[in-house]
Amino acid sequence: MGSYALRRLIGVVPTLLVIITVAFFMIRVAPGGPFDIERTLPPEIEANIKAAYDLDKPLVVQYIKYLGGVLTGDFGPSYKYKDFTVAELIGAGFPVSLKLGASAMLIALVLGVTLGTVAALRQNSALDYAVMTVAMTGIALPNFVIAPLLALVFGIYLSLLPVAGWSDGGMADMVLPVTAMALPYIAYIARLTRGSMIEVLRSNFIRTARAKGLPEHRVVTKHALRAALLPVVSFLGPATAGIITGSVVIEQIFQVPGIGRYFVQGALNRDYTLVMGVVIFYATLIMVLNLVVDLLYAVLDPRVRYK
Amino acid sequence: MAVIDIRNLEVGFDTPEGKVQAVNGINLSVDRGECIGIVGESGSGKSQTFMAAMGLLARNGTARGEILFQGEQILGLGSRALNRIRGNAMSMIFQDPMTALTPHLRIGDQLTEVLTTHKGLGKRAAAARAVAMLEQVRIPEPARRMRQYPHELSGGMRQRVMIAMALLCEPELLIADEPTTALDVTVQAQVLSLMRDLKDRLNTALVLITHDLGVVAGLADRVMVMYAGLVVEEGPVETIFTDPRHPYTQGLLNSMPRIDRAGEERLTAIPGQPPNLQRLPSGCAFRPRCAYAFERCEQERPELEDIAPGRRKACHRERLEAVS
Repeated sequence: MGSYALRRLIGVVPTLLVIITVAFFMIRVAPGGPFDIERTLPPEIEANIKAAYDLDKPLVVQYIKYLGGVLTGDFGPSYKYKDFTVAELIGAGFPVSLKLGASAMLIALVLGVTLGTVAALRQNSALDYAVMTVAMTGIALPNFVIAPLLALVFGIYLSLLPVAGWSDGGMADMVLPVTAMALPYIAYIARLTRGSMIEVLRSNFIRTARAKGLPEHRVVTKHALRAALLPVVSFLGPATAGIITGSVVIEQIFQVPGIGRYFVQGALNRDYTLVMGVVIFYATLIMVLNLVVDLLYAVLDPRVRYK
Repeated sequence: MAVIDIRNLEVGFDTPEGKVQAVNGINLSVDRGECIGIVGESGSGKSQTFMAAMGLLARNGTARGEILFQGEQILGLGSRALNRIRGNAMSMIFQDPMTALTPHLRIGDQLTEVLTTHKGLGKRAAAARAVAMLEQVRIPEPARRMRQYPHELSGGMRQRVMIAMALLCEPELLIADEPTTALDVTVQAQVLSLMRDLKDRLNTALVLITHDLGVVAGLADRVMVMYAGLVVEEGPVETIFTDPRHPYTQGLLNSMPRIDRAGEERLTAIPGQPPNLQRLPSGCAFRPRCAYAFERCEQERPELEDIAPGRRKACHRERLEAVS
């Protein structure tokens, strides 16, 4: 399994190269540049600034210089947040994004699996229908709709929680963004778990477990749950990617100083290096997490062996 | 006292097409050390009778009647109360060993949990008992098997694990539902001889559910033939084979190749199909397929009657002579 993981990690490199190349030229297609401001600068000064950042050189030369920088771990300076390098900005934003994303993922898993299991055990009961109806709504509503609704209800009407902001990153600041991020995934995971749990509960080995006279909770947790979780684990790969991209929207709406917000700001400001840095960071993160998910699959199902 | 005594058992299933009656009021009892073979086609209700006893009916299934296990009515007990008995004093082996074990748990875990649940043994004591039991069912290298997963074992090996699992608590009653059907013929013979040994040694009551009369001949003391949820014939194994009294039993025997009569006669199939359990024919359920049927069979369902000591049949015909 170790050599499999290593080979997968090496496979990340060519994928990243493609992503960097496409992203690099795509941002340049967008009109405008990082130093376009309403009051136009005298041409000499603008030329000076551009020269300082190599922006006067042909695009291909800039690309090669950028790649060289990335290879040595240098993602360049931010054009907009002067005095900060891109690495510093990502380093500052990542803990915040991680806190949000990991909390959302954990809550989605725990609640989703629990609700799905309960619904499966009470199949076709009122409880089952209630869970599935709520789940359907959760899936149907995109998070950019859920987020402002939550802010409106809990922030403004009820005044229970801050509408937005991240004063100290405490519990109160986290509740709304984490909820908005987690809700659709709770719904997805609950539906997935319910479906696979119903199927597993009908399988022969569950009949054997019951015939052995094991208490029902043991049958469910020890014999059924692990088998029922396999589809959920497969979903974790796309789900992490979804949580990461979703955080871009959520952090913007709730004004959370994470990577997602830097990404949006960077794109609006044509802060080329910042956008590139975040793209590379996100891409690597998603690929590594997908590898982790695949390895987790082998842990859950001993029949799966990676060579 | 009989180990298990089933009285007037009816099992039905609610389906979108209406109620399906799988078992239509059967009576049977099994004594200690006795092996009874339950024979019949798919859908004759032979498995569902014992699924009801184990509390393992599908969600849409309901059972009525009485099932006395060592004198205690167990039909209708909740799973909590049944769990004192299942896997402990009464255990069951299923048809398909390839899917009957939990794929993500080690053999050892699946065996020892029976002992920790029912006998309150510690992990180590349970593991020692499990290894000893694997040895008894003739599994080579039992200590290594304990650490393996089901997919690392062959089908015959897995069925032995199932048998070991069922015997761990030394049950009073062992129900084997088609225990050899999914196995290779050579492995079948090994598993059968193993079961014969264990039955003799442990003096366990054994219910052998099968459609294979060969299996019954080798193992059972008494045979019950079921058709459409009813018992149609019952008797000691020798007399059933030499002197079948019900046309269905006779049909089953004629459709089975026999080494002692090789070349003497052609195999004959029973004409027609097993009946639709939702629309059973009037009178005798076997009538549409029966070569001996006459008017009375259409009007009146034959009751299961004593015809000789220990022998019963449900047929209006006194004797089975060929009808022209």
